[in-house]
Amino acid sequence: MVQVFLIKYAEIAIKGKNRYLFEDALVRQMRRALYKIDGQFKVFKESGRVYVKAEGHFDYDETVDCLQKIFGIVAICPIVQKSKMNFEELKKEVLAHIDSEYPDKNFTFKVFCRRVDKSFPMESNDVNAALGEAILEAFPETKVDVHDPEVKINVELRPTLVNIYSKSLPGQGGMPAGTSGKATLLLSGGIDSPVAGYMIAKRGVTLDAVYFHAPPYTSERAKEKVVDLAKLVAVYTGPIRLHVINFTEIQLYIYDQCPHDELTIIMRRYMMRIAEMIAKESDSLGLITGESLGQVASQTIQSLAVTNEVCTLPVYRPLIAFDKDDIVKVAKKINTFETSILPYEDCCTIFVAKHPVTKPIVKAIAKSELNLAEKIDEMVARALETREIIDVEA
Amino acid sequence: MEAYLDNSATTRVLDSVKEIMIKTMTEDFGNPSSLHKKGVDAEHYVKAAREEIAKTLKAKPAEIIFTSGGTESNNMAIIGTALANRRRGKHIITSTIEHASVYNVFGFLEEEGFRVSYVPVDEHGHLRLDELEKVLDDETILVSVMYVNNEIGSVNPVGEIAKLVRAKAPRALVHVDAIQAYGKFRINPKQLGIDLLSVSAHKIHGPKGIGFLYIKEGTKIRPILFGGGQQKGMRSGTDNVPGAAGLGVAAREMYNDFDKKTDYLYHIKEMFIEKLGTIEGTRVNGLTGRDSAPHVVSVSFDGVRSEVLLHALEDKGVYVSSGSACSSNHPAVSGTLKGIGVEKEYLDATLRFSFSIFTTEAEIEYCIQCLSELLPMLRRYRRM
Repeated sequence: MVQVFLIKYAEIAIKGKNRYLFEDALVRQMRRALYKIDGQFKVFKESGRVYVKAEGHFDYDETVDCLQKIFGIVAICPIVQKSKMNFEELKKEVLAHIDSEYPDKNFTFKVFCRRVDKSFPMESNDVNAALGEAILEAFPETKVDVHDPEVKINVELRPTLVNIYSKSLPGQGGMPAGTSGKATLLLSGGIDSPVAGYMIAKRGVTLDAVYFHAPPYTSERAKEKVVDLAKLVAVYTGPIRLHVINFTEIQLYIYDQCPHDELTIIMRRYMMRIAEMIAKESDSLGLITGESLGQVASQTIQSLAVTNEVCTLPVYRPLIAFDKDDIVKVAKKINTFETSILPYEDCCTIFVAKHPVTKPIVKAIAKSELNLAEKIDEMVARALETREIIDVEA
Repeated sequence: MEAYLDNSATTRVLDSVKEIMIKTMTEDFGNPSSLHKKGVDAEHYVKAAREEIAKTLKAKPAEIIFTSGGTESNNMAIIGTALANRRRGKHIITSTIEHASVYNVFGFLEEEGFRVSYVPVDEHGHLRLDELEKVLDDETILVSVMYVNNEIGSVNPVGEIAKLVRAKAPRALVHVDAIQAYGKFRINPKQLGIDLLSVSAHKIHGPKGIGFLYIKEGTKIRPILFGGGQQKGMRSGTDNVPGAAGLGVAAREMYNDFDKKTDYLYHIKEMFIEKLGTIEGTRVNGLTGRDSAPHVVSVSFDGVRSEVLLHALEDKGVYVSSGSACSSNHPAVSGTLKGIGVEKEYLDATLRFSFSIFTTEAEIEYCIQCLSELLPMLRRYRRM
């Protein structure tokens, strides 16, 4: 019976002298995630390998599901792990493993032995041949195919342990959370921004988030929805600090003072400005948005240039070249889609003009913004002051 | 200040209801199906509640079946009678402005092969008797109409409807969804010619999760839930003792000093409508006098989206419902408002204010004050 999982990670392995930092972060994230599920687990490193060992009763599916959500893991191999043994014992274990894992014996296979423990009396190729023979004899329906086997039976003879495994379940990939600094995500209730946050976090970045709330035009439930989305993203990224900014006053002021067709673009610029202020005070090194080129009027290449102009921090737009369908696919995969499509109005659409500008020019927009000079600074300061901070955990 | 004006959605539980519920949850918590004394003690509460309720309808206790609420009562009444009588005919009739727990049941039965007629309403929200007369035929086995409409408070002439059904289709059953009417009107199903009547507890200061269906003695109906055979096999499932006890007390209280209570509600409603008249760009949908329900007012506002006004009122502590649940992405426009011919621009600009015996004059004044402050501001900022 499987009690141990071998965790494979790719990119971390090439990080040179920083390698232990990444490995430790990965182990930390695994412990944090496994803590929440049924069972007792030990996560440990052993000669350049990371293992998860379940102590006593545990739920196999839940454990795999949990490990599959951790950034930095490329593959998860459920393994049979025993202490050092001789060939006869090894044969028995391998046959038992095949018998329990593959009820239908109609498959091609190959045995792949790695002999790390050089004191083992047979060489790798001899082990392969001898085990292959034993398997063919025990299960006559099986066939050997050394080039493209359906089942690859891995046998690792390590100094103190023997690992037997033949399955490899895909992981998230990416890099462990908390290894690449912090960035601030502009989170709306839509489909795109949670996906953008997920994608950047997958590179090891810790997330803060900002949500612009516009009561009474957006409801309490719209805010709840954003908190729920942050929770879903946090399953992957770890805890997220969510700043809820009351944006109504600023929005109405822009409505009063600026041309209506520029309303959205000017609003976007203020959102970016406020997000950057929050980012800077919390040591975020970048902003993240769910923008995708040409998706709406405020996301044309001209509009993006105009909104980008107010920022000094880098703005990460991981979805920039994605089609909507592809974004939806990721949203479904990370389980945010169903929440994103709940029908609550978000603050970007409430006053949207019938024909908003699609090719704004920085100079013209900046000139319109002069109309806001009288009160906008105090309004922005007030918005920052009255913000609500919600620490969201999965 | 706070003003809860959403009593058609749900109401505050009476203290006396709360008391008896706590008692039946902590002291007399037995299962009426048990043979021992604990069970018998608990059974007394259910029996007493059934008697109290029967009294308010001038009905027999055996004619009251407890359910999990209005939705189940409506489902049981419609599905139970349709299935039990389908050999006599497969034609069932309802109106175009019913609550979803009736409307969607008819949709289900239509899929199952029943023939359904939807009778329209007039501009006041009353069932068109002439249209009903046209569709009644020998095959008709059930007519289901609501007593009081939940969105605009219109009151159907259920007695006349039942009379017409008797005359044209003598063997058809009459079901009345009285969820917004019970406790607000004196209802005598037998005199009115009603065979089945649905009621929910939480609309009359009782708890959520309980209601009842009045089933006239001898009505041909079959259960829709099967199990241990409680309530004479009509509704299996362990008796909801705290719920039934709470509902019994609420029912008794509502019909105690009944005239005084309804007079008060009409007074509150008239006051609200009168003061609302001083605010520009408002109009009340449906009738407003004693021929309408005492506790519901539907108001359309010029140039304001209902959802925005609702949240702006919420911010001031005033709680109401939108006349039609609506959002910019998924317009789910109200069948009732459409049914009574409200213009398109008002469908998404309508709120429902609903009162209870706990509503005070001060709350009404506060609500009106909030409306007159908010409306000019909200009207200034519009979607372009």
